[in-house]
Amino acid sequence: MKFVDEYRKKDLILSVAENLRAISRKEIILMEVCGGHTMAIHRFGLASLLPSNIRLISGPGCPVCVSSQLFIDKAMAYSKIPGTIITTYGDLIRVPGSSTSLEKERAAGSDIRIVYSALESLEIARGNPEKNVIFLGIGFETTAPATAATIIKAKKEKISNFFVLSAHKVMPPVMKALVEEGVKINGFIAPGHVTAITGTSIYNDLASVYGLGVVVSGFEPADLMQAVLMLAIQMESGTPKVEIQYQRVVHYKGNIIAQQLLDEVFVHSDDSWRGLGMIPDSGLKIRENFSSFDAEKQFTVNVPESVEPKGCICGQILRGIKTPEDCTLFAKKCSPSHPVGACMVSAEGTCATYYKYRS
Amino acid sequence: MCLAIPAKVISVDGTTARVTIEDVEYTASLLLLDDVKPGDFIMLHAGFAIEKVDPQEAAETLQLLLDMEKNLPN
Ligand code: SF4
Repeated sequence: MKFVDEYRKKDLILSVAENLRAISRKEIILMEVCGGHTMAIHRFGLASLLPSNIRLISGPGCPVCVSSQLFIDKAMAYSKIPGTIITTYGDLIRVPGSSTSLEKERAAGSDIRIVYSALESLEIARGNPEKNVIFLGIGFETTAPATAATIIKAKKEKISNFFVLSAHKVMPPVMKALVEEGVKINGFIAPGHVTAITGTSIYNDLASVYGLGVVVSGFEPADLMQAVLMLAIQMESGTPKVEIQYQRVVHYKGNIIAQQLLDEVFVHSDDSWRGLGMIPDSGLKIRENFSSFDAEKQFTVNVPESVEPKGCICGQILRGIKTPEDCTLFAKKCSPSHPVGACMVSAEGTCATYYKYRS
Repeated sequence: MCLAIPAKVISVDGTTARVTIEDVEYTASLLLLDDVKPGDFIMLHAGFAIEKVDPQEAAETLQLLLDMEKNLPN
C-alpha cells in the first residue's frame, strides 16, 4: 500500500535503531499517547529494538478505554427508551457497564447498530422517521469533527430525529493532567491524526512550561522509530521542543475547516475520564445552538450510580503507572473474548494489545 | 480509533469522493477537506477525509530515513 509499505521496510527500521543506539545515552521515558501507536509498537516489536536506556509507556489515548462508566451506563439507559435506535462505533458495544453491556442489551431486544461513520447514523435517522436515533459520539479531535459536520448537515437538512450523546474528548488537558499528577516522563510521542486536525500549537505549553519533548508521529514502524530518535536527540542536547515527524500528513496549523466545525458545534467542558476522574475543559459538549440534537438535553434518563469492574486496574494503566501484567486478571479472567474492563475491549486498548502480542 | 488510512481519490462529486484502498472502493466525505482532486491521496478516518497526504513531504521523510541507512555509524 502506498505511503504505508515504504515505512515498514526492515532495513530502514533497523538503521534508525542503530542511529538511535549511537546517539542516545540518557535514561529517558517516553509516553505514546495514542492507542494506535501502542498497537504499532507492539505489533512490530519496536520496544525490543530500542537501547535499554529508552523506555516507552502507554497513555490514555484509546477513546473506548477512557469513556467513563457513567457514559456507558447512560448509553444503556437510552437504549431502553422505546422507539430508540442507538448507533455506535464498533468496540463500544462490548464495554462492560456497571451491570450489563450494550451487546447484551442488543441481544435482549434493544435496537443497537454499529456504524462506520457518523453520517451513516444520519442516514439511519432519515430512513426511520418514526424512531429516534441516538449516536454515541466518542473519540478525540480526530473523530469529533466528523460528528460536528454530521450535526450541521442534520440541521441543514432538517432531520429532527437524529441526536448525539457526546463523550468526545480533547487531548491537551489530559496530557497536562498526567504531567501535573507526577507521571515521570521526558517526552510525548504525540498522536498524529489528532494533530492533523488541531495543529501543533496545543503542545507548546508542554515544551515551554513543563520542559517536555513532543514529537508528532506517524503510525508506521519507521515513523515511530524516527520519532523516538528525534526525541532522543532533543533529550541529549537538552532542548525539548515541539516537532513533527509525520510531515506528510500533519501541518503546524492543522486542518482549519475541521477546527472551525468543531468550534461551531462544540464547547469545551469538564469531563470525566476512566481512571483519571474529572479533568477541566477536557470534553466537548454540544453548544446551545444545536441543543435540539443533544441527546442529554432532549431525553432524561435515570442512571444508577456507576460501579467499576472489580479488580480491574485499567484506570491506572491509562495513567501510565501500571502495565497490564500488573493486573491479576490479565489473560486469566480477562481476555478479549471475555473482557472485564474497557482496556481489554478495544483493539487499541493497552490490555488488548499486550494480550495479542504477549510472548 | 484515531486510525486513518491513506486512500487514493478516483472521483469527486460535490462533497463526496470515491477512493480506493488496495483496490477496494470506499466513499469519503469531503466535508472536512476542500480542494481534493482525483489522483490525490487522502487520509480516511471514519468515513471522512481528514487531511491530504503530501507526496513531496512523504518523499523527503523517506529520503531522510534512507540517508540514515547510508550514514550508519560503524
Ligand atoms: S486486564 Fe482486564 S481487568 Fe485487568 S486492567 Fe486490563 S481490562 Fe482491567
